[in-house]
Amino acid sequence: MVEILIDIGISVALLLSIVTLAAFLTFVERRLLGFWQDRLGPNRVGWEGSLQVVADMIKIFFKQDWTPSFVEPVIFVLAPAIVLVTVLLAFAVLPLTPGIGIAGHLNIGVLFFLGMTSLTVYGVVLAGWASNSKFALIGGMRAAAQMISYEVFMGLALIGVVMQSGSFDLVKIVEAQRHLWFVVPQFFGFIMFLIAGIAEAHRLPFDLPEGENELGAGFHTEYSSMKFGMFFVGEYASIVLISSITVILFFGGWNGPFLPPIFWFMLKISLFIGFFILLRAALPRPRYDQLMSYGWKLMLPLSIINVAVTGALILSVPA
Amino acid sequence: MYIYSSLRTLWFTFLHLFHKTETIQYPEQKPYLSPRFRGRIILTRDPDGEERCVSCYLCAAVCPSDCISLQKSSIEGDWTPEHFRINFSRCIFCGLCEEACPTSAIQLTPDFEMSEYRRSDLVYEKEHLLISGTGKVPDYNFYRVAGVSVRGKAKGEALNEAPPVDARGLMP
Repeated sequence: MVEILIDIGISVALLLSIVTLAAFLTFVERRLLGFWQDRLGPNRVGWEGSLQVVADMIKIFFKQDWTPSFVEPVIFVLAPAIVLVTVLLAFAVLPLTPGIGIAGHLNIGVLFFLGMTSLTVYGVVLAGWASNSKFALIGGMRAAAQMISYEVFMGLALIGVVMQSGSFDLVKIVEAQRHLWFVVPQFFGFIMFLIAGIAEAHRLPFDLPEGENELGAGFHTEYSSMKFGMFFVGEYASIVLISSITVILFFGGWNGPFLPPIFWFMLKISLFIGFFILLRAALPRPRYDQLMSYGWKLMLPLSIINVAVTGALILSVPA
Repeated sequence: MYIYSSLRTLWFTFLHLFHKTETIQYPEQKPYLSPRFRGRIILTRDPDGEERCVSCYLCAAVCPSDCISLQKSSIEGDWTPEHFRINFSRCIFCGLCEEACPTSAIQLTPDFEMSEYRRSDLVYEKEHLLISGTGKVPDYNFYRVAGVSVRGKAKGEALNEAPPVDARGLMP
């Protein structure tokens, strides 16, 4: 009984901290983008702008929750929830430290993560389709094509790690990295996974589903108030998710000397979150055909070669 | 090539974290505005303390947004304006009135903090516009340099008229 209560407590605390962190990232991102553009960013609300998130939340809750007359109402309301829920569910398999984690030893951890990121596509596509507007529909179609193409080699890029650790269990993968992080033997796998992860979170430079120059705001053109807020929080939660999974698979998860494991984990994921924001500050979007040809003509063959070479080395070098 | 230039871009963007920001935090820090900044419009006086405006209507004629309205005084021999009104809710601060003014009466100043809650408060009357100083042109008096020669009178010989300045003697 007590164990169940502790588990529930951990789950609720994790959920709340992820949503809070995702909301706080909206502030961190604007601040960092400001510094990288020689501006200050929002610094008025609270100490150095730290309460900006609260102000934004109040604003977004009090906005009119407008459902346009031409949309499919049920799916229109459901779509943002799907995006947020699938992203949050993927956190269930992440082991933050040896003790903190919801699923613990789950022998399909990597597959569950891949499955949940695939399901996010449904939210985006349904949002685009239910909006009954051409920009939203084009954005949703772009999102579907992009995320499905990039998922293909995202899975293949992970296979190298799975082969080396011999398990789909994320806890075992982290424990296998006690002496050497997988980023060293699986460097190309890491690069490809990171690129696929950026595309999965549809962050810049791969945010073509939102491409505001040509699509207004892409799949969430017709959304307002908290329904838009859920897409927004979902996007930042998926940044946290991709950062965490990269740290777990390639950068040794909680492993680190002297300091407590949770500190190492938080430090590593904040570096990756910073890197994601830096990407947004620095790089322009590719064209859509460029995005597709990178995915299918460059990244997919490379990831297959990576899998083949890793397998050959594992077989030829006696354990 | 694309990968190299992307990484280079990322690095240079990252270095901007250590640059000084360009932002001026406005209400606390005031920006430097040059003396030629085109802000709030004033009417100035000449060094003797008389109004410079001679009601020539050139500013009202040149104003592209038609925001200047004035009326010459009805008193015989008095050329100052009876009313002089600038509607700042229409003014575009182009500075053409200042360029057109032959007496340097109307001038634009480096002051832009003139927001109001009601539009009607943006209509400035003569008493709001007229200052007691000379503005940007300290020692210019139109009547000292103006004047035409008529039969029997050379420039600057009439009553209250100063002899004209030798333009070639003004070289620095």
